[in-house]
Amino acid sequence: MAEDRRLDGNAIGGVLLELFGTEMTDVPGACAHCGAHEQMAVTDVYLDAPGIVVRCRHCEGVLLRIVRSGERTWLDLSGLSSIELPA
Amino acid sequence: MTGAIEETSRVRTLVLDADGWPGHRPGQHLDVRLTAEGGYQAERSYSIASAPGEPLAITVERLEDGEVSPYLVDEAHEGDQFEVRGPIGGYFVWEDDGRPAFLVGGGSGVVPLMAMIRSSSGTTPMRLLYSSRTYEDLIYRKELETPPAQVEIFYTLTREQPPGWSGYSRRIDDELLREVAWPAAEQPHVFVCGSTRFVDAAADGLVRLGYDPHWVRTERFGATGG
Repeated sequence: MAEDRRLDGNAIGGVLLELFGTEMTDVPGACAHCGAHEQMAVTDVYLDAPGIVVRCRHCEGVLLRIVRSGERTWLDLSGLSSIELPA
Repeated sequence: MTGAIEETSRVRTLVLDADGWPGHRPGQHLDVRLTAEGGYQAERSYSIASAPGEPLAITVERLEDGEVSPYLVDEAHEGDQFEVRGPIGGYFVWEDDGRPAFLVGGGSGVVPLMAMIRSSSGTTPMRLLYSSRTYEDLIYRKELETPPAQVEIFYTLTREQPPGWSGYSRRIDDELLREVAWPAAEQPHVFVCGSTRFVDAAADGLVRLGYDPHWVRTERFGATGG
């Protein structure tokens, strides 16, 4: 069922750690669609989209998409207007 | 893998000795990656059950159509090796600052909460509300019979209850939360882990009780794919 497929940003903590080189689940990000600020864990995540789709919990806009295939990863961050990484 | 504990007929704890493991914080998880002979890889996340400083342990529930969990629950032996990545998580992590903690777990969602209970100082008040289908499905049942000081355990069995059952016998609802949760005025730390439906129901209920949504930290896991 679609509702059971909806996870949250904790589920991609390992993938984000690999891509960004730092712990990301507690990193705040701003939604480019509605402006909401939430930590990456507080998002709606679909792992089987195909690829990974991360949506804003407030407006359901797509924040980021991750497609991994073999040795390459495609990362679409166009739905995030900013992220606030630790110094 | 250095050991295993059969928790229930579907759930097993695996004790791991991971090279270069830097230590973890209660609530974090790790990713297990299995590689088949043809090179096909499958990767899944499992919550860490052990407290920091204890031998590293994950607790895994077998999902019947899963790619990774049937191996970990039924086949993996002491001495087997597999890749792990972690620790992972900075959001669903408990920092003990003396404020009371309210932990709400559904099914194997109790696992990261158990790491928090095992990390208890014995002085910070903690309450665990643990929802399970049946008594036999309760993970860590023996250990939770004698919880650390200041830790209270509340059970609800949603499908079947043993004779003489004195705990709750229904899905979590607002009235049940009102009876068990700390008053909102205490500004507790809250951690809710379980299936998506379980987490949504518990978190929404706590917000209706007056909890600030930002106190309520949630972690959802999938019912399939494991």
